[in-house]
Amino acid sequence: MKKTVQYAFYKSLPVMFGYVFLGTAFGILLQQAGYGLLWALAGSLFIYAGSMQFVLVTFLSSGTALTTAAVMTVLINGRHLFYGLSFVEKFKKMGKYYPYMIFSLTDETYSVLCSVKPEEGVDERKAMFLISLFDQSYWVLGSVLGSVLGQVMPLDFTGIDFSMTALFVVIFLEQWKDFPSHIPAVTGLISALVFLILLGPDRFILPSLIMTVAMLMVLKRRINGEQERRAEI
Amino acid sequence: MTEMHAVLLIAVTALVTIVIRAIPFVLFGGDKELPASVRYLGQVLPPAIMAALVIYCLKGVDLTVMPRGLAELLAVAVVAVLHLWKRNTLLSIAGGTICYMVLVQWLFVI
Repeated sequence: MKKTVQYAFYKSLPVMFGYVFLGTAFGILLQQAGYGLLWALAGSLFIYAGSMQFVLVTFLSSGTALTTAAVMTVLINGRHLFYGLSFVEKFKKMGKYYPYMIFSLTDETYSVLCSVKPEEGVDERKAMFLISLFDQSYWVLGSVLGSVLGQVMPLDFTGIDFSMTALFVVIFLEQWKDFPSHIPAVTGLISALVFLILLGPDRFILPSLIMTVAMLMVLKRRINGEQERRAEI
Repeated sequence: MTEMHAVLLIAVTALVTIVIRAIPFVLFGGDKELPASVRYLGQVLPPAIMAALVIYCLKGVDLTVMPRGLAELLAVAVVAVLHLWKRNTLLSIAGGTICYMVLVQWLFVI
């Protein structure tokens, strides 16, 4: 058990820095919009979606219509639709943790969970649950700090949000190394870049992922072929 | 805006988010075996999504204004080099992030 907790904590550490500080930024912004601690807590406990919560601040300060809010949420969080596909079987076996695992599947938690590998003395299911729980705790802690401290930050933390980018780069490299075929990674990269250029930064991610899924289906035989060839060597 | 509307805004955002996250599990989480194509997508999507997330993080970089883009490019390079060299996740992330913070706070101040 101790080893499982240690493993989960170590795996969640990269998320800690980013989440505490981004959570703090959310708390501060919400405070400035006139919504205090309870609102910050409600947002981070019940919504728990990084970039979406920053958009929520603008919803709250401009009194956005509920239907508009719903559509915006689909556009911004739609990418999460694809995350569950990799964890249907694993989460299903997690019993009482199953609903929480689905609820807490953010970009960062998804990425860290993708990098979990079986290890001696580590209960994989418990570790996955703890990683998800630790991650959300960091986020909630940050929101509370931001809400309570307001702008009284002792140091200049500008740029710390880059730790999230760094996390994705690291896991990308790990998967590049582990994965028998590089076609999926290259497809995802090119599709994201093409749609970013075509549609601009606010709307590209969902269409680009849909295109990626379509391309991966088309290339299925080739990717599987490469995987089998690698397996033979 | 009323307080009730604020509560409803949070509720709607939360509800839509959880529904999006739950859809694959509702569709394929039953006792039936996972369709082969879904199993295949589950395997090949993580590297593709990781690439998309890197771009997603860098989407706000304005290439038309100097020296933006350079800080991100350098910091991503530091992460990659550190990681290919040492393969220590925490070291790569800390190194790249500190490098980025130094760059945007001191070197590339706008």
